[in-house]
This record gives sequence, structure tokens and C-alpha cells, in this order.
Amino acid sequence: MTATTGIVAAIHRRNRTLARLLLSPTATLAVVVLTVLVGAALLAPWIARTNPYDLASLDLLDSHLPPAFAKGGDPRYWLGTDSQGADVLSLILYGLRSSLAVGVLAVCISITVGTTAGLVAGYLGGMVDSVIMRIADVQFTFPAMLLALLIGGLGTALLPSALRSTLAVPILVLALGFSHWPHFARLVRGAVLVERQKDYVAAAKLVGRGPLFIMATQILPNVLNPIFVLATLDIAFAIMSEATLSFLGFGMPPTQPSLGTLIKTGYAYLFSGEWWVVIFPGAALVVLLVSINLLGDWLRDLLDPRLG
Amino acid sequence: MIPFLVNRAAHAVLVLVAVSLLAFVLGDVVGDPVASILGMDATDADRAALRVRLHLDQPFVVRYGHFVVRILSGDLGTSYGAQRPVIDLLAERIPATVELALVALALSLGVGIPLGVWAAARRGDRLVGALMTLSVLGVSLPTFLTGIVLILVFSIGLGWLPSFGRGEVVRIGGWTTGFLTESGLRSLVMPAVSLAIGQIALVARLSRAEMLGVLRTDYIRFARARGLPDPVVNFSHALRNTLIPIITVSGIQLGYLVAFAVVVEQVFQWPGMGLLFLQALAQTDLPLISAFLLVAAFFFVAINLVVDLLYAVADPRLRIKTLAGAR
Repeated sequence: MTATTGIVAAIHRRNRTLARLLLSPTATLAVVVLTVLVGAALLAPWIARTNPYDLASLDLLDSHLPPAFAKGGDPRYWLGTDSQGADVLSLILYGLRSSLAVGVLAVCISITVGTTAGLVAGYLGGMVDSVIMRIADVQFTFPAMLLALLIGGLGTALLPSALRSTLAVPILVLALGFSHWPHFARLVRGAVLVERQKDYVAAAKLVGRGPLFIMATQILPNVLNPIFVLATLDIAFAIMSEATLSFLGFGMPPTQPSLGTLIKTGYAYLFSGEWWVVIFPGAALVVLLVSINLLGDWLRDLLDPRLG
Repeated sequence: MIPFLVNRAAHAVLVLVAVSLLAFVLGDVVGDPVASILGMDATDADRAALRVRLHLDQPFVVRYGHFVVRILSGDLGTSYGAQRPVIDLLAERIPATVELALVALALSLGVGIPLGVWAAARRGDRLVGALMTLSVLGVSLPTFLTGIVLILVFSIGLGWLPSFGRGEVVRIGGWTTGFLTESGLRSLVMPAVSLAIGQIALVARLSRAEMLGVLRTDYIRFARARGLPDPVVNFSHALRNTLIPIITVSGIQLGYLVAFAVVVEQVFQWPGMGLLFLQALAQTDLPLISAFLLVAAFFFVAINLVVDLLYAVADPRLRIKTLAGAR
């Protein structure tokens, strides 16, 4: 009985969310653009004209070609080619894949670490709370981007060179994820402090449920909304940080280029007039970030006005 | 007031201890000071002697103690790459970064605050709505991309502004400034603007939100009822009460400006601390990296302390709120 009403309420809520989404033109546009970009990234191996990872398919004779619409362009390469003769559009599709994958994985780490820390700190309180939140405070003193740069840069530099190429990406993901966990910890702790006072927690305690059970199955589902909003905005942050790190040479390696890596390699050719190897990946990055941010802002207004 | 300040001071000390421990571990445990000083072909006896001289035969805590005494006396070690004292390298680079960050801060507050106030005063206006949507673009623009686009347009396309370096600098005592020469000022324009754009958008959004909150209060309604003209109400009554949070946030902004200066310095080859740090990271120059960490920690802690003090002095309500938040 309660399950049925719950589902009905959920469907009702879902419809209302959908209706509100359609009422906001910016949010609708953001969702459409985001769907196209994510779809293109997922389908890159099938829709890209060439596979930029397959060095054998590259033809140096086709290198440095401007976009198809510009003077001297080749109709096969809509957005031109880079110094290796790789199709810029294909590079962007594969780059989107790297950027999105790293961003989403990094946020997964932030969420896992931050939510666990916040739940434990908020629910247990006392010394545990003080220690966890102190660590978060100390980390907050440093801008997250600088921290990610330091962890990523040092992490790869201190590795033996044999492991460097295999571990570069995991280290990058860890560095980005670790640099942002305190945001989730603070948010979740605040929400848990409120939830902890409520009757359903007292009831669970009375039935003899342990703290682990209460935290994971009772409190967590009730603090998911703000986590969800922060996670959306955080994906944009993680993607931007990844692009920045890659641009600085401490991110995705040129063998698995993200959008940031593409911009870094393209930047070297900017002064010889090859703007397309920088501007197109850059535009893809900005469109991606803007649509995630717009969606995140809208979700925040919808789900959790307090965050604003 | 006193417990709050004690709490914040304790926090500052904790941060400095944590970072100095990290810096110590980087230089002393991860790196091998003996090998880096003596090189490969030293005898075992030489190495042992140097180990004693550097206190490497002593326990961790004692060595850390020596390390702290050493940094407090201004000795930050010798850079592997440049083979010069780190403190000299930093001293050469600090002016460039400070000038860049200060100009960017002035830009972000000078443009961001009026923009936010104006947007709040005219809410509902189409143009304002469009501008606020556009501010999402400002927040979403990666700093390095802004710099690249500016170079593409103003250096490569129009040839108006130099694309790299600081131009001519004038030396005044131990400080070098680019403010006094034409080429110095021209070189500063694009780095400062690319550093400031994201912050302008953030400051504008923040001041708008703060203003909207204040404009809803009774005293503003009464001021309007008294027939005061809009500019007086907006700027002299409302803005005054929003300035405190804005100014305190701008302290934190300064921290972010310094962090992102690393990126801007790379794009424009601006000879500041950030570029030095990136080179140190690329060469795994551990003494330089740990020194940068220490200087950055000191800087961020100082900013945070000043911001906390401003909170405590300026607004008793905020004082209570931050106390509750810190606990």
C-alpha cells in the first residue's frame, strides 16, 4: 500500500519535474545540447570519420589542413586537420569522451569520500566530527585547482617511469576527485545534522538499528537532493580542472587526448595561423561546461533553493 | 570574539604545520638530499659525514625540528634545476605575480560589483536577464581558453598587444614593476583581463544575490517611501550593507586569483611564481616545490585570517554564524 502510493507520488513528481523542465527554455536547451554531446562522445568510435588513436590511418599529406569551409580546406575534413593529419572533428569526439569520463569518475570519487565523511561526521559527532571537519577545513584553505595540480603533478613525477604511462590517468582522476571531497563533506554533514533530529531516525534507533544501517539506509536517501545538485555542478568543475591540468601538461597524456590536451597541442601551432586546432576543441569544451552549469543552476533552483 | 579568534589562529597554525610537514616529507624523505648534494661518485665516508652534518642520522621529529628552524631563518634550500637558493628565485618572481593578481582583483571588483548592483536594481529587465545568463558563460570559460582567444584576436589578428612576457620593467629597490613603462602596461592588459573575466562574473552574481536580499528589507522600502531617488537608495543605502560579504569574499577571490595566475602565467609566459612552480613540477625540483607550497600556504592562511578578522569586526551576526559553522 505505502509502496504503491510512493510510486504514484514519484511518477507525479517526475512529471512535474518534466513539466518544469519544458517550461524553462534555457534548461531544455542545456539538456538537449548535453544529450547531443554525451551521445556523440559515447558513439565516437562509430560516428567519427577516422580513429585518431590509430596512427596507421593518419596521412601526413593531409596535415595542417584548414576547415572545409575555409580557403584551401578539404571537404573530407569539416573542421580541418592537425599537424599529424588527424581529423579535428574526430579528435574532438574522442576528446569529449576522455574529458567526460575523467570528469564523471573524479566526481564519483569526491561523492564517495565526501558523503561518507560527511555522514560519519554529522551522525557520530564529537571527536570524529572535529577531526574530519578540521581536515576538510585545512584542505579548504587551498584552491582545489592548485591542489589537484600539485597531487597530479607530483604523483606522476614521483612514479618510476615504467609505471608512468599506465598510472597517469588513474592518478589524474584521484587528484581531481580528492581535491573536491570537502565540498560534499560539508554539504552532507550540514544536512545530516538536520535529519538526525527527526523522528524517523529516533524510531530506527528504538527498533535497535545500528548507526551504520541508519546512516546508509535511513539518512542517506533523505540527503540525496543536495548531493545530486552539487554533483552536477561539480562535474563542470572537474571537467574544467582536468582541461586546465591537461593544458598545463599534467593531465591526460597526448596518447589519450582530452579536450584540454588538444588545446595544449594546438596552442603550439596558433602562431602559425592554425586557429582551428585550438578554437574548435575550445568551443566544444565551453559548450559542454555552459550546458552542465545551466542544468546545474536549474536543478538547484528546483531541488534545493537553499544552496543558492 | 576572543574564542573565535583563538579558533581561527589555531586553524592557521594547523594549516602551516600540516603544509610544513608535507614540504619536509617531500624534501627529506621522498628526495635524497645526500645524493642531490654530492652526486653519484661520492665515497661512502663522505656520504656518512654529510648525513651527520644534515642531521639525517637523527629521528624524524628532530629532523623536522631542524627543518622548521631552517625555514624560519629564511633558508628554503637550493633548487636542483637552477642550482641557486630557492629564496632568491622566489624573490625575483613574486613582484610579477603580485602585480598581475592585484590588477585582476581591482578589475573583478571594479566591474563586478557595479554590474551586480545594477542587475539587482533592474530585476525583471530583459537585458539584465540576458546578462545574467551570459554570466554563466563567464563562469564556464576556462581561464587558459580566454587567454588563448585574446591572443588570437589582439596579438595575432590585430597586432595590438604583446602575447607574452612582462615587457620592460623598472627596478625599484628589490621590486620590479611593469606599471611604469608603456610596454609593461600593454603586456599586463591581456593576462589581467583573462584572469579577471571569470571572477567578474562570480562577483557580479554574488553582489546581485546579496543586493536582492537587502532590497527586500523594510528599511529600503521606507527609504523609497520617503521619496529618495533610486540611485541614492541603491548605492548609498543598499550597497553599504552588501559590501561586507562582498569584500570578505574578495579576500577569498584573491586566493583563487593567485591559483589561476599559474594558468595565465603559462599562457602568456608571464615570469611569475606560477611559471616557476610549473617548471619545478615538470623537473621534479623538490626543494622549489616545497618552498612554493610553504609560501602559498602562508599566503592563503594570511588571507583567511584577514577575512575572518573582517568578519568578526564588521558584522556581529556573521561572527556568530561563522562560529557555528566552524564548530
